[in-house]
Amino acid sequence: MIEVRNLTKHYGDKKAVNDISFTVNDGEILGFLGPNGAGKSTTMNMLTGYISSTSGQALINGVDILEDPIKAKSYIGYLPEIPPLYVDMTVYSYLNFMFDLKKCKLPRRSHLKDVMTLCKVIDVKDRLIRNLSKGYKQRVGLAQALINNPPVLILDEPTVGLDPKQIIEIRTLIKRLGKNHTVILSSHILSEIQAVCDRVIIINHGVVAADDTATNLSDKVSTDHRIIARIDGPKAEVLQAIRTIDGLKYVRADMEREKNIYDFEIEAEPGIDIRRDINQITREHGWDILMLKTMEMTLEDIFLKITMGEGIRQDDLR
Amino acid sequence: MGAIYRREIGAFFSSSIAYIFLAVFYIFAGLFFTLDNIAVGSTDLSGVFSTLFFISIFLIPILTMRLFSEEKKQRTEQGLLTAPVSLTGIVLGKYFAALTVFTTAVSIIFIYGFILSLYGTVAWMTVLSNYLAILLVGSAFIAIGLFVSSLTENQLVAAIGGIVCLGILFLIDIVASFVKIDWLQNILYDLSFYTRYYEFTCGIFNLSSVLFYISTAILFNFFTVRVFEKRRWS
Repeated sequence: MIEVRNLTKHYGDKKAVNDISFTVNDGEILGFLGPNGAGKSTTMNMLTGYISSTSGQALINGVDILEDPIKAKSYIGYLPEIPPLYVDMTVYSYLNFMFDLKKCKLPRRSHLKDVMTLCKVIDVKDRLIRNLSKGYKQRVGLAQALINNPPVLILDEPTVGLDPKQIIEIRTLIKRLGKNHTVILSSHILSEIQAVCDRVIIINHGVVAADDTATNLSDKVSTDHRIIARIDGPKAEVLQAIRTIDGLKYVRADMEREKNIYDFEIEAEPGIDIRRDINQITREHGWDILMLKTMEMTLEDIFLKITMGEGIRQDDLR
Repeated sequence: MGAIYRREIGAFFSSSIAYIFLAVFYIFAGLFFTLDNIAVGSTDLSGVFSTLFFISIFLIPILTMRLFSEEKKQRTEQGLLTAPVSLTGIVLGKYFAALTVFTTAVSIIFIYGFILSLYGTVAWMTVLSNYLAILLVGSAFIAIGLFVSSLTENQLVAAIGGIVCLGILFLIDIVASFVKIDWLQNILYDLSFYTRYYEFTCGIFNLSSVLFYISTAILFNFFTVRVFEKRRWS
């Protein structure tokens, strides 16, 4: 279990992390969501004892990271943003070194083999880390964090630099690890957090903007009411017809994607699904829908949306 | 500490650093052995030992330059500092790895002694005392080199910085000879690494010098720990 109380970090005058508090229960996968520079890595570095906090407390399984760092660190497996790999070592000798460094008491050969199999690096175990691709390096970094089977895993943007197939593999792996580890993972990609985490903390400008379950968050940021439709029909008439839909907020047709065919950006009031209405209209007029998709939300949209109307520290977001 | 020691020893020998260090060390030691002993038919190794001091000034920073600077550059220090080991353990692991390589280098002196013993009588006690002295000087120099390495993330800066620091320590004698204030001159002579070492090469075993070198080593290893401590808290 991880308990964070009023954690604050100042770099000179700049407040990188400002008064963050949260708790992560055993067996929970917590996602840290926030744009670059929001304070995700700083928070993780404080949790793992790499840097100290200016004030506040972080407890790992009840042990204060500043008071008994060696004990607290022994509970944590940490994958920093840039994996701490010695490029002049082979994968096996590096993991073997980490095994010694963490004073691991598990049977050496079988444990290393398990970890390498789990992270799918066993087929490159005798290659120099220098020569590995970014995806492999990232997985060796993850393997290093898993050595000694720590109860807490802290993973800083674990899927950065991986190809889509590897991303899915890593996500599946993290989900599996979440069954018997407490996991904190950070990302600036919403869909990734949604796919993996039970709970999400949104962090921006060093403060917690929201702390909610992933399901609740998904409901809040559902984008069914904001769609882009490519409709083959006379622009002015289409616009006019769409404006008659109940609950419509705005409609715009800026982009001519194909000759005389426009993309219409349509937004309705939140909670109203207008896809059927659009279908209805096109059918009545004999136009064709060439494409219909919901608009992706940017992180900024999400922050605004999450905090809007709920008054959760909206001032801090600015 | 053990894990870091073993990794560093491995890294010394898997990179070219240890080989270059040993090769250059042996070239110069061998050169002076030839000039001072073989060429003139002397069994007194003191001349070789006093040149080892100068060789060390230039070579020890090469040995220590990458120990911490490279960790910082490759961001591997994050792995060390978040592992369940103490800062002292990290610093000493690297320190003893460098000291081991240095000891390997200096131990060549026993081969020289053996060669000489085939042709004459070698004063083995003096050789031993000299050997101990160069190891003590090395242990102080390595601590200083390691400290300089912890201040930068550039190997070259660490090497040159180390050579400059050790050079300044050597020059203390010359500075002292120009100082006309008695008490200040005495302090400077007391701080002199070379004067103390020179005593050893003359066959004088001075316990206060032993303590001087060991204290320097402890002090600079402590400084290195403080560098990391401070970085964590800033």
